[in-house]
Amino acid sequence: MSVGKPLPHDAAHLHVTGAARYVDDIPAPANALSLAFGLSHVAAGTITAMDLSAVRAAPGVVAVLTAEDLPFDNDVSPSNHDEPLLATGEVHYMGQPVFMVVADSHLNARKAARLGRVEIDPRGPILSIESAMEADSRFEDGPRIWTKGDVGQALQDAPRRLQGRIEMGGQEHFYLEGHAALALPQEGGDMVVHSSTQHPTEIQHKVAEALGVPMNAVRVEVRRMGGGFGGKESQGNALAVACAVAARATGRPCRMRYDRDDDMVITGKRHDFRIDYDVGYDDTGRVLAVDFTQMTRCGWAMDLSLPVADRAMLHADNAYLLDAVRITSHRLKTNTQSATAYRGFGGPQGVLGIERVMDEVAHALGMDAADVRRRNYYRAMGDVAGGPAPRPADSPRSFPTEMKEGDIASRGSQAFDDDRAEVGVASENTTPYGMKVADFILHEMTDALLERCDYFARRDAIAQWNAENGLLKRGIAFSPVKFGISFTLTHLNQAGALVHVYQDGSVHMNHGGTEMGQGLFQKVAQVAASRFGIGVDRVKITATDTGKVPNTSATAASSGSDLNGMAVQAACDTIRDRIAACLAELHQCSAEDVRFADGRVRVGGEDMSFTRAVQTAYENRVSLSATGFYKTPDLAWDRIKGQGRPFFYFAQGAAVTEVVIDTLTGENRILRTDILHDAGASLNPGLDIGQVEGGYVQGAGWLTTEELVWDDKGRLTTHAPSTYKIPACSDRPGVFNVDLWDQPNPAQTVYRSKAVGEPPFMLGISAHLALSDACAACGPAYPDLQAPATAEEVLRAVTRARG
Amino acid sequence: MQTLTVNGNNLEVDAEPDTPLLWVLREQLGLTGTKYGCGVAACGACTVHIDGMPVRSCQVQLQDVRPEETITTIEGLSPDLSHPIQQAWLELDVPQCGYCQSGQIMAAAAFLKDYPDPTDEDIKAGMTNLCRCGTYNRIKAGIKRAAELS
Repeated sequence: MSVGKPLPHDAAHLHVTGAARYVDDIPAPANALSLAFGLSHVAAGTITAMDLSAVRAAPGVVAVLTAEDLPFDNDVSPSNHDEPLLATGEVHYMGQPVFMVVADSHLNARKAARLGRVEIDPRGPILSIESAMEADSRFEDGPRIWTKGDVGQALQDAPRRLQGRIEMGGQEHFYLEGHAALALPQEGGDMVVHSSTQHPTEIQHKVAEALGVPMNAVRVEVRRMGGGFGGKESQGNALAVACAVAARATGRPCRMRYDRDDDMVITGKRHDFRIDYDVGYDDTGRVLAVDFTQMTRCGWAMDLSLPVADRAMLHADNAYLLDAVRITSHRLKTNTQSATAYRGFGGPQGVLGIERVMDEVAHALGMDAADVRRRNYYRAMGDVAGGPAPRPADSPRSFPTEMKEGDIASRGSQAFDDDRAEVGVASENTTPYGMKVADFILHEMTDALLERCDYFARRDAIAQWNAENGLLKRGIAFSPVKFGISFTLTHLNQAGALVHVYQDGSVHMNHGGTEMGQGLFQKVAQVAASRFGIGVDRVKITATDTGKVPNTSATAASSGSDLNGMAVQAACDTIRDRIAACLAELHQCSAEDVRFADGRVRVGGEDMSFTRAVQTAYENRVSLSATGFYKTPDLAWDRIKGQGRPFFYFAQGAAVTEVVIDTLTGENRILRTDILHDAGASLNPGLDIGQVEGGYVQGAGWLTTEELVWDDKGRLTTHAPSTYKIPACSDRPGVFNVDLWDQPNPAQTVYRSKAVGEPPFMLGISAHLALSDACAACGPAYPDLQAPATAEEVLRAVTRARG
Repeated sequence: MQTLTVNGNNLEVDAEPDTPLLWVLREQLGLTGTKYGCGVAACGACTVHIDGMPVRSCQVQLQDVRPEETITTIEGLSPDLSHPIQQAWLELDVPQCGYCQSGQIMAAAAFLKDYPDPTDEDIKAGMTNLCRCGTYNRIKAGIKRAAELS
């Protein structure tokens, strides 16, 4: 059975020969045109005049379009219909597309776009969290507030108390393949779109709106992306819509790719946060109460900010049982890029908040921070009465009778979901949102990891080393992650698949998930191969295509293999059961006795090749094509109350990082990292370990070298790799040990595996905590290290620690 | 018209003299294995060899390439996947999204010629291409494995 084997990525051979084709590699017809946007040079203001004559006269220019030239819907928002493709009178951030150029080459389009003269009457932009709070510039009518227990009383009663704040920067996705799209006009006004997107259905929906056609006139195809990381969940809409509109206007194929600087200036990034905390705790390190205030810059448009901010709240507990907690979330509207999905989707920011609390409590008590963490853990799986949280009450519900407006296949539609679920609230080992934690395995994982990496002995050795060294200081830290798996907009937890078996025994597999490097296609192909008992080499993986599987959810929330693996399994089982029934009838035996394994089918004492079995079924007029469908069970969630069971299960992980800092310059290195990560019964340990390694590196990058800087006019000054530093090969931990905690998921997932895309990102938090530990070795005070911990920030923290 | 020697073939190209080699390869010659990443020679996704030396082709202009110089792209690294770097990359399943990997492989192939028996420190200093998937652990292991295979 191929499930569980560390088979290589499905495109491994293509990747090493340069033959793997990305959107901009697709040969376009000779008459194809290229697009570029003209951008706002002001962060907030009113357009008073636009002179585009020089643009129109530039070499190679075929057309120049403004908002007034768009025939139908001028919107690329995945949520609130508040994001015009091209600005309509007002501009809201520096870099907002104002007009678009259609030319005979990419270079000519870009050169021409620079010639536009757009006059803007500027307003004072709202750029910071502080100025947005002051102006009450926000999404939703006020902050979201979720509570558990009596926080005010518990804080008052606590024997010890501290307050603090951590600010954490955003993060540029820096997928190496920037955004790209290609639109090919078809007969009768139909459109085929190739897009580098995690959400083909979203592209289909927005293109259809922009062309004034039903969704059945638009087909979107995605073979692979050169990285997504959340940045291609909604941000590809603009390019795809622009290409489709231009293709309709000119009757010619149109393509667009952002140059790197444009990509960084135009598109959204991870939300930056400020989290204030007020904590009550006791002498043993047990946290008795926490009051969190989370403030985030959402940028100018709503995009996916509400569910991102929700997920930050949903992970404010991380791995810790909090009896009294209040989480207040402000979603602030600012004149900056519209912050969007990024691996973890708010989870990392919420987790960093509580990890910071644990770090400061441990420092205040002079205790080991790993011990403080374990003291506050949820109770273990074996210590909690089994079974899932209470299921939703079976009350009658009303349904709207007219078509819903808005983007129902997007996580952004959460805000407009009027169908709030009836939810039950669990009574023990519960999260701040009333969900029982029944699958907590971090006690065992932590013990195993700390022993495996010799944490306590190394901790003592580091203390000794620090006592003997004045200029360089070392630090070590442990951090866990418990990450909720499912889309918090419950109806998105569905997937479809289409499987054909051909008469030569080869299998054609298609599903709604997209491949962005995570190995989804291979993992799902392994599921298909295992269902038929054949080798994975007989399963053809095909491009995601809205014409084959409709109404797909974004490949996001780590859900790709959970959802699509189950859907493909269902489709394969349908075909397999048909073949089995056919053979059973021919051999006068029970269908249950037909066995598919090792490329053979055994029935009634006879043993035949899979191909022969397929041919037999075909000759007996059995359908060898099927769709499959899956929806995640047992979910019920009310985001306004902050109550329910938004997640099917929790994926968990643990990391220990050791660092060294130079106290004269703030420069720092990761010396060693040890990780134990929970991927359930892994579908493919080779691919999953790759996700863990890469997630950690990206998470550590977020909190160390990656700094986004805007000037006081709202200009993003870090818009190229020369100024925005993602981790390089030299930033890799000197020693990097990654192991999987290979235990089956108690929840009934595909082959008892667990999602793995996002959770390990949060293990990078241990790098930040280790830097904090190293800074703390410089003096008696708490170093109060902020994020990202650039060399400059480390130096400031060293100074603070010295008091 | 200018003549280029690419992957053993003499090819005529018709482009402005200041066109970056990257776009000549991709758009004139259809060799799309070489990727655009940043356009400022910072990420290395466009790495090719000129006379065996790794260069970032987004910052080499067509007019800077002499006809007698030989250009090798990912498509021409080996005829049959036999280059030790390709073999090691396959064995260790290095790529994730794969987009930067043409450049990584070309950089690593050139690096291996200079450092046939590289240390961790050599790799740290010598491999400067960016990978957002964070495959650096396997890039290091892949180079060491390729050194064994060479």
